Amino acid sequence: MSEQQAGGDPNSVRKTISVYAAQDVAWRVFTEQIGSWWPLAHYKIGKANAVDAVIEPRVGGRWYERGEDGSTCNWGSVLAWEPPSRLLLSWDINADWQYDPALKTELEIRFIAQSERITCVELEHRKLDRFGARRDEMREVFDKSGDWGQLLALFARLAEGAAP
Amino acid sequence: MLSADRALDALGDPTRRSVFKRLRQGSRSVREIASGMNVTRPAVSQHLRVLKDAGLVIVRPDGTRRLYEVDPAGIGALRNWLDDFWDETLTAFKRAAEQEAAKTRKPR
Repeated sequence: MSEQQAGGDPNSVRKTISVYAAQDVAWRVFTEQIGSWWPLAHYKIGKANAVDAVIEPRVGGRWYERGEDGSTCNWGSVLAWEPPSRLLLSWDINADWQYDPALKTELEIRFIAQSERITCVELEHRKLDRFGARRDEMREVFDKSGDWGQLLALFARLAEGAAP
Repeated sequence: MLSADRALDALGDPTRRSVFKRLRQGSRSVREIASGMNVTRPAVSQHLRVLKDAGLVIVRPDGTRRLYEVDPAGIGALRNWLDDFWDETLTAFKRAAEQEAAKTRKPR
């Protein structure tokens, strides 16, 4: 179903999935209907319960979640909008699960028609080195001569921060 | 957001903690880690695999040897997390797209 390609860029995560849907359907569901399938119960950044997710259909648009109280929280922006084959988004949610407009990791999704009914969807989340602040914090912990307790404390803190 | 559980589990084992501590002093081969410890080399390899899966250590080829070292960037843990995250998210997308495709196919 979904797999990670071996080797390659250490600062990127790649996924490929085969979908039994035509290319235009796959594109439409991914973009127009993202709020219907994104696991909002687990993956959202606002305080309010998220009830919808939206990708604005144009370069320079935002993509964001909408809370049940009407509030919106940005996830990033649309960098390329090429229906029905390619979407490039910036992913500006940092390792603390907070919006950070300066983060700008990239999320590219390609929709490749295999036949009239099958589409191969390739996703690459790249420029992960831009999660720099967290990395520096990790490095600091590793570089200190203290014991592993510091590391556990850091992970515990991250785990708390990550709880939805 | 990092795979905290996996890292915590990995470091929960005292032997693995010792292995990890040794790597914090610098890169080591399996043989170097095992010497001085009361653990067999296959057991050390097994512990290293768990630490690697948790994103705590990385492997670097050095000639014919493989050197293990602490992942200084913590990027491995992040990648692990994102790997699981995108699996889950894309699987949800696949389900939705296929439902939609089934709907549009019916009238034919």
